[in-house]
Amino acid sequence: MTKKDSGITFNLISHQKLEHYSSSEKLKYILNEVKEGRILVLEHGLTPTEQAQLIEHTMKEINHDTFIGIEIGGYENEKVGFFQRVFGVAKKPRMTVIGPAHLLRMVHKDHDMIETTIIPGKGVN
Amino acid sequence: MGLLERFRESRFSKMMFKIFGKNHAKIGIYGPPNVGKTTLANRILRDWTGDIMGSVSEVPHETRRAKWKNNIRIDNGGSSLTMDLVDTPGIATKIDFNEFMNMYGMNKDDSRVRAKEATEGVIEAIRWLDDIDGVVLVMDATQDPFTQVNVTIIGNLEARNLPILIAANKIDAENASPATLKSAFPQHPVIPISALTGYNTENLYSMMIKEFGKKRHKQRR
Repeated sequence: MTKKDSGITFNLISHQKLEHYSSSEKLKYILNEVKEGRILVLEHGLTPTEQAQLIEHTMKEINHDTFIGIEIGGYENEKVGFFQRVFGVAKKPRMTVIGPAHLLRMVHKDHDMIETTIIPGKGVN
Repeated sequence: MGLLERFRESRFSKMMFKIFGKNHAKIGIYGPPNVGKTTLANRILRDWTGDIMGSVSEVPHETRRAKWKNNIRIDNGGSSLTMDLVDTPGIATKIDFNEFMNMYGMNKDDSRVRAKEATEGVIEAIRWLDDIDGVVLVMDATQDPFTQVNVTIIGNLEARNLPILIAANKIDAENASPATLKSAFPQHPVIPISALTGYNTENLYSMMIKEFGKKRHKQRR
């Protein structure tokens, strides 16, 4: 989300945009965007390993006056069946929303719905 | 040396454990801040060694460095587990020093130091994931369990094929709902406990022996 005169914008990121990035490039891109104040909705989210790395990188980037961290919510990875596991088909990450924690708050999440809110007074200058 | 000790040290015994499972495991206590991880670690140590792991506080991120105790033996009738227990700092995706000031009345300097140390603690907790054999994931049974921290921890452990026990803590609180946790994560054992009062911890210990003693092939990242 960027602070614009007209209001709030979200970036909806297709899986094609990120699929050619390595994990570290992907995480760098996401964290840079979020630090800029944008809210990202990823069509395909992050693997558990990437999520843990994103948290780790976020902690390193926290500056207590300008960046307090991220808010993130995504659906659990798609389950794969026995035969898919046998043939090495990995679980696919699913849709995930990521934003700066001073701007985005997770209200509720369950198996089927993620509810978020924009923190009042933070979105638009 | 008694007969039992001699058996434990014997080549035959070691071969049996190789075949049937582990009797010594490094177990991490994980979870978001303020769910009662250190209270549980203290409960386990008090019950089995008479020791404690660390201080607890209502202010989040009281544990900001991982702490551990080695060779804790828990048993349940005929079976037992010897473990190295690691109490990890709470994992969070955000840390705002203003919360320490506004909600808990800490002064600015102390809040900033606590927040800085807390970020380092989160990193340390994540790195410990590479070095453990199983996890007791502590969740607050009064809170929404679908946090990304819980999902991320579970996803990482499943990817490594490591056993997970979910301790639905604070069951003594009026609004606790362990059933919500069970329905949220049906693929893993959920044990309702109160680390504070000790309620149902015997059941947790039995499950720890059962789940963490199993032979598994740990996968690395």
